[in-house]
Amino acid sequence: MKILICISNVPDTTTKIRFVNDNTAFDTNGVQWIINPWDELALTRALELKEGSSGAIEKVSVISVGPQSSEPTLRKALAIGADDAIRVNAEPKDAFAVAQQLAEAIKDEGYDLIISGIESSDYNGAAVGGMLAEFLGIASVSSVSGINFESGGFQVKREIDGGSEMVAAQTPFVAIIQKGVAIVPRIPSMRGIMQARTKPLKVVESSATDNLTEFVDYELPPAKAACKMVDPENMKELVNLLHTEAKVL
Amino acid sequence: MNFELTEEQKMIRDAARDFAQRDLISDVIERDYKAAYPTKHIVELSALGFMGMMVDPKYEGGGMDTVSYILAMEEISKVDASVSVIMSVNNSLVCYGIQKYGTEEQKQKYLPDLATGRKIGAFLLSEPEAGSDATMQRTMADDKGDHYVLNGTKNWITNANSASVYLVIAQTHPEKKHHGINVFIVDKDTPGISLGPHEDKMGMRSSDTHSVMFTDVKVPKENRIGEDGFGFKFAMKTLEAGRIGIAAQALGLASGALERSIQYAKERKAFGTEIANHQAIAFKIADMAVKVENARNLCLKAAWLKDQGKPFAIASSMAKQYCADIAMEVTTEAVQIHGGYGYVKEYHVERLMREAKLTQIYEGTSEIQKIVISRNLLRD
Repeated sequence: MKILICISNVPDTTTKIRFVNDNTAFDTNGVQWIINPWDELALTRALELKEGSSGAIEKVSVISVGPQSSEPTLRKALAIGADDAIRVNAEPKDAFAVAQQLAEAIKDEGYDLIISGIESSDYNGAAVGGMLAEFLGIASVSSVSGINFESGGFQVKREIDGGSEMVAAQTPFVAIIQKGVAIVPRIPSMRGIMQARTKPLKVVESSATDNLTEFVDYELPPAKAACKMVDPENMKELVNLLHTEAKVL
Repeated sequence: MNFELTEEQKMIRDAARDFAQRDLISDVIERDYKAAYPTKHIVELSALGFMGMMVDPKYEGGGMDTVSYILAMEEISKVDASVSVIMSVNNSLVCYGIQKYGTEEQKQKYLPDLATGRKIGAFLLSEPEAGSDATMQRTMADDKGDHYVLNGTKNWITNANSASVYLVIAQTHPEKKHHGINVFIVDKDTPGISLGPHEDKMGMRSSDTHSVMFTDVKVPKENRIGEDGFGFKFAMKTLEAGRIGIAAQALGLASGALERSIQYAKERKAFGTEIANHQAIAFKIADMAVKVENARNLCLKAAWLKDQGKPFAIASSMAKQYCADIAMEVTTEAVQIHGGYGYVKEYHVERLMREAKLTQIYEGTSEIQKIVISRNLLRD
């Protein structure tokens, strides 16, 4: 069995967001890049499954679509414990293009389980996993909050209205995971960091993709309004403000 | 000149930061209050490989350079200097001392357990009447032919209770003064070793500090490190390297206090605006940042010199003295910026200030560092 984790290279969640080129491009100056938090949880769970599989899961790989500057993120995934990495040498323009690039790179690699985070923490598109499954012509399971490996097969837990369900899925399939598959992401050990240096990181040249969307304008959310203090004796004013300004009543 | 860290060094720094900010922070205030040893965290740190970072991989160590170790020490110390002192003693005094000066048999016997944290080490130099003046060792190691017999008392021993392996400095030939001192690897479970009560300290309360008494403790001859009389030189050389770790600890206390002060100054309002907009606070932050930057550069330079195999004694003393002194200044200013909140435990900075004080005292006081620096500069 082989597991592949799709990794997004995203700005650290504490990054101060700025735009350039008349608000048509994200300013990457001084940005600290990290593994997309959902993908990091997916990797953590995949490694746990591999370690508990008595050798049945022989490999955990990672893949990312991005320029060379995104390689430290893949190296970190290797340091955390992935066995090898693939970088598709292309700018990740939109979900469709990324899914196309991923599908082209892995279609003949024979992965049994492909895991994608439910969304990336930067653009929140929540589309790559489903599109990837479609391009590969395999099944996908969404809203996955748990993955187990028993009797040679994968069972996934899905969040549904009012509860959850367990699904035994035929391989190969794409699991689109949300929080819950692992509680905290694994921190790379010193040994892992040293080993990451010599683990394979293969660069695959970009394939032709359809350019369906482009960014025309970015807008920052409005600044938070100042906090208004209301005298606890003056309930009338509080109700009035909630009604006319906050518009929650 | 190249100030750029390698990809691996950045990963090590980030791993230490993630561990500190996620795991250590969760119970650091409670452990400080209860003076509780961080057993669970030391197990986790060991699994991540932080207890033997610079030990050769053939003895199960990380094989990292000193720069990486400094980066990790800073990040851990921003949150929890009790944990970082346990880590520092194990890494840069015990593991370093055995790896640098031990025999192959000693390395094979002790380093794998120490480097993986299966066992913890302690360094026993200070005595009730021999602190800064380490030549005045009263603990005796009598040569009995095939073994030594140790008698005496050691003070202020970090990891005294949690450690399984002691490096003990003791006098064998009093007439030769410091040239008669030896150093031994002693297993703590050897009969005749007893501990004094847990010291109730001002800071670093979660590390275990005790005095250790030796009463007719038999130590095999093969546990002596180096030639007869090498002990004082061993202690000085090992401390020379070890104080880079404590310098980095002090740096972490200062940079941790600075980070908290910047965050607080941007949130706390007074006179209708965030206090960061008051020049009195903004200039304090600027002064703190310059000190932290200087401290970091001194630390990294000392570590770099050591990694290059160049002399680093003056650089490590400069780093230790400066980092410790500015840690005291910067953490005190951090408390001032936080005002009343800085004086209560919830906001961490009062603890950083209490912990900073010790960095001016242990592994060579700031005054001792000035003696080392000035003697090096002034000798003919």
